[in-house]
Amino acid sequence: MPRTATTATELLNRYRSGALSPRDGVGHFLRRQEAVDGKVSAFLDTCREGIETQLKGLESMDKSVPLWGVPVAVKDNIVVRGRKTRCASKILEGFESPYDATVVRKLRQAGAILCGTTNMDEFAFGSSTENSAFQKTANPWDLTRVPGGSSGGSAAAVAAGEIPLALGSDTGGSIRQPASFCGVVGLKPTYGRVSRYGLVAFASSLDQIGPLALTVRDAALLLGVIAGWDPMDSTSADMPVPDYVKTLEGGVQGLRIGIPQEYFGEGLDAGVRENVELAIDTLRSLGAQCDPVSMPHTQYAISVYYIVATAEASSNLARFDGVQYGLRSSSENLLDMYCRTRDEGFGMEVKRRVLLGTYVLSSGYYDAYYLKALRVRSLIKRDFDEAFKRVDVLATPTSPTVSFRLGEKIQDPLTMYLSDIYTISTNLAGVPAISIPCAAGDPSLPVGLQLLAKPFDEATLFRVAHAYETKVGGPFLPDL
Amino acid sequence: MSISRKDVHYIAKLARVSLTETEEARLEKDLAEILDYVAKLNQVDTSNIEPTTHVLSLENIFRTDENRPSLQPAEVLRIAPKKSDGFVVVPLVIEGKGDA
Repeated sequence: MPRTATTATELLNRYRSGALSPRDGVGHFLRRQEAVDGKVSAFLDTCREGIETQLKGLESMDKSVPLWGVPVAVKDNIVVRGRKTRCASKILEGFESPYDATVVRKLRQAGAILCGTTNMDEFAFGSSTENSAFQKTANPWDLTRVPGGSSGGSAAAVAAGEIPLALGSDTGGSIRQPASFCGVVGLKPTYGRVSRYGLVAFASSLDQIGPLALTVRDAALLLGVIAGWDPMDSTSADMPVPDYVKTLEGGVQGLRIGIPQEYFGEGLDAGVRENVELAIDTLRSLGAQCDPVSMPHTQYAISVYYIVATAEASSNLARFDGVQYGLRSSSENLLDMYCRTRDEGFGMEVKRRVLLGTYVLSSGYYDAYYLKALRVRSLIKRDFDEAFKRVDVLATPTSPTVSFRLGEKIQDPLTMYLSDIYTISTNLAGVPAISIPCAAGDPSLPVGLQLLAKPFDEATLFRVAHAYETKVGGPFLPDL
Repeated sequence: MSISRKDVHYIAKLARVSLTETEEARLEKDLAEILDYVAKLNQVDTSNIEPTTHVLSLENIFRTDENRPSLQPAEVLRIAPKKSDGFVVVPLVIEGKGDA
């Protein structure tokens, strides 16, 4: 049966007019979770027992806070005080966070109701959410297909109408690719735009937390809440946060959009190409000037990424050793305890990446792999610097394909890595990017249009995305 | 540059992960394939290119050295796998007298 979407913006309007109470608004989403999550399996923990206290807390809050009474879910790698955070890994068994991530603190201050943690690839290592140690999440558009990853639970939950807003994290495409596969809006902010305090670190020079939502307006609203400088994260940027919702309506007249030719080459699915080209035509018809640009180092992005990201991950994941929290395997001596705990606690993809990262950092290989990758990273960043001298925004496909079948790529790590080809450069260069659903000519599975902008120019991304969305209609919803 | 079974065994030791024979064999194959792929970076001339470790041009950030609120030891110890008397307990590190 076709359903109508309830966006965060609609909820807030109905709360403010008195047509709906937050209790009923939240209740609507909890009932939807109960009805469909058995099929989708987006949630790891629905946090039911904490909801009543949060609803009571709203009574003493100023109703004008930006997310007053709006349910929000967070990916299982963002810590919430007193709750389990497991990064979909067995190694964090028994861990309950003694503190809130900065984004969670900001959500609470904004009046959001935290309604659950979402499934993901273990430690965000993956592109299909199949690397979760606990469950497989299905794509709400076709339950035999993957939701994308690693923030697959967040994207599927939004697409299935189980939650109006969710947070994900994006190290190489982990918000945008699942947004694309599930037909929702997902944004990776500029590196430094959102505090990483309380996000379990994967690759510290690449990770960012960002919003997933049904509409561009909702994503803009959520970014406005979570963005900003934080003394707890020394890599967060001390820059003002603009009112992203206020500048949504500016249109695209006269805007210069670059089309990087390297994103439309071999490996791009014909149907995806067609839909993305149609979307670019739509932007042109709205008054944008679209011209080809070249980003010659794009072909090296995956190689650079799988060296830099695994190197940083191997270092970050050294903390999971069974000493202070999480799983501990019984053992006679300390060294053996580390090794057994990490063998039992980590899944295969985590072992693969930790070993690869250890290898490229090890004596004798550091210069050949890690240092080489950092130098090529400079060239990739330079491609963006050059392109943004000529254009305001870049437009590309988010992913070379639509959602693939559960089980299709999981046995072949390199093929899985190659599916991140259009999202990875963004993280290496630190620029912001959004994925929005194309108005698909063949509407059976969603296709994502990716827009990229200069550092800290999220406002322009939202403005272009909103102009496109307004023109083509949406959100587009699966029958479920 | 390919990777041998011996290399896999060695880096697993560096990374503090014990692996079964089957896992070692699987990882040898997977890592070799990935390393072959990333070798395409050797096509790029980077002789005059500085490495980028980080995209923001940040300087070191200092704060004044003063006490600030922090997590309570009891709260943090609550989630430790084994503890005693305000400390985390681990197996014996150095052989000799004393209880593990």
